[in-house]
Amino acid sequence: MPMLEVHDIHKSFGDLQVLKGVDLSVEKGEVVAILGPSGSGKTTLLRCINFLEKADSGRLTFDGEPFDLARVSHADIARIRRKTGFVFQSYNLFRNKTVLQNVTEGLIVARKMPKAQAEEIAVQMLEKVGMADRCSHYPHQLSGGQQQRVAIARALATSPEIIYFDEPTSALDPELTGEVLDVMRQLAAEGMTMLVVTHEMGFARDVSTQVVFMEDGQVVETAPSAAFFANPRQERTRAFLSRIANR
Amino acid sequence: MMFETLLQNRTVQVLIESFPRILLPGLAVTIPLTVLSFAFALVIAAAVALVQFAQVPVLRQLARVYIWVVRGTPLLVQLFIIFYGLPSMGIVLDAFPTAVIAFSINEGAYCAETIRAALESVPSGQLEAGYCVGMSWWQVMRRIILPQALRTAFPPLSNSLIGMVKDTSLAANITVAEMFMATQRVASYTYQFLPVYCELAVIYLMFCTVLTWVQKQGEKYLNAHGFN
Repeated sequence: MPMLEVHDIHKSFGDLQVLKGVDLSVEKGEVVAILGPSGSGKTTLLRCINFLEKADSGRLTFDGEPFDLARVSHADIARIRRKTGFVFQSYNLFRNKTVLQNVTEGLIVARKMPKAQAEEIAVQMLEKVGMADRCSHYPHQLSGGQQQRVAIARALATSPEIIYFDEPTSALDPELTGEVLDVMRQLAAEGMTMLVVTHEMGFARDVSTQVVFMEDGQVVETAPSAAFFANPRQERTRAFLSRIANR
Repeated sequence: MMFETLLQNRTVQVLIESFPRILLPGLAVTIPLTVLSFAFALVIAAAVALVQFAQVPVLRQLARVYIWVVRGTPLLVQLFIIFYGLPSMGIVLDAFPTAVIAFSINEGAYCAETIRAALESVPSGQLEAGYCVGMSWWQVMRRIILPQALRTAFPPLSNSLIGMVKDTSLAANITVAEMFMATQRVASYTYQFLPVYCELAVIYLMFCTVLTWVQKQGEKYLNAHGFN
């Protein structure tokens, strides 16, 4: 049984139909990469799955429990979000909190964990992403890559069952993407379940187990990543991959 | 001696004699009036800004009407309506409470806009990040959004406070015995208008200088505690 399954998500912004009935499923331990050209609806899909956007219709099954995306209650949203982590393109670290506080905030405030225990976990997570020596820094004192690694530590700290990544390296200078991708690679190797919207073809090919290719608000092709890159079935997928390859 | 000659100068004598007569009502009336009014104004402003920021139906529209009316009418007229107008409806208030009410309501409208702008200047990603680590709307507001908005709002709110110190002189018009009224009295029996009003101006300047210094310390504190 998949850990996460979404079925027939529709979402419009005004007259613009962004998602036109998208299906997706993620098994425990899988790393699923969502690829596709800009404007294909990848980010909106991810945001709808974590309720940052309200889908117009669609079903979501999380850990076997079904929800109607258009009618899900605040309590259910809060409950599902406690089992998930989210990493944003623009990091979104809390600007008024130190690195350590960024990671402990969700534990102390949302989960009522004692401060000492939360800080212990936070330091462990920051060590994992190589940021433990910056605990008392504020976000604006860090580079983009460092901020994103702290954001990953923040997402990890709440022991989520799945982490969503929304183009985690797109805002970074090219020489800083490596440090973030390395951390994600390490998480994948440890068996973390991940759903990753990305433009990093290398990451999708080498790290992800499944690839979902989206275009124009629809899923064009879903395949194990080796097969997806070696042997794309759909014409549109081939066109996309050749455009990327020729860059 | 030159110093003794100076002391015998009539203007200097008036200035020295009047100094405590002006300063004491300043300490006893102007400052409490300012502090009380500004405190209430901040409470009103925070509430009015929050219902707009949270898009609470009905209350949000009421907030807009409140700001529209208060900002669109003169403070002096508002003072007169409450002090001279309301008694005809059976609502009779003393001068000092009237002034506190009028200044709170008036300043509340301006500060509400300052706070709303500060709240809206916090990127929406901060709220979303709070949700994604499991926090509720109110938890994110209290821990993340409001502290950041406070830093942004602090200089313009300090502006409002400094402005209010001087606006309290309008309360003289409704018989509040604050600094300006005290100065008018001194001026009317000494006929030393220029020196006495200049003296009043200097005392206001002293008050505002202290507040400017406090603002600077406040900003330093906020910057050192991650509010930047």
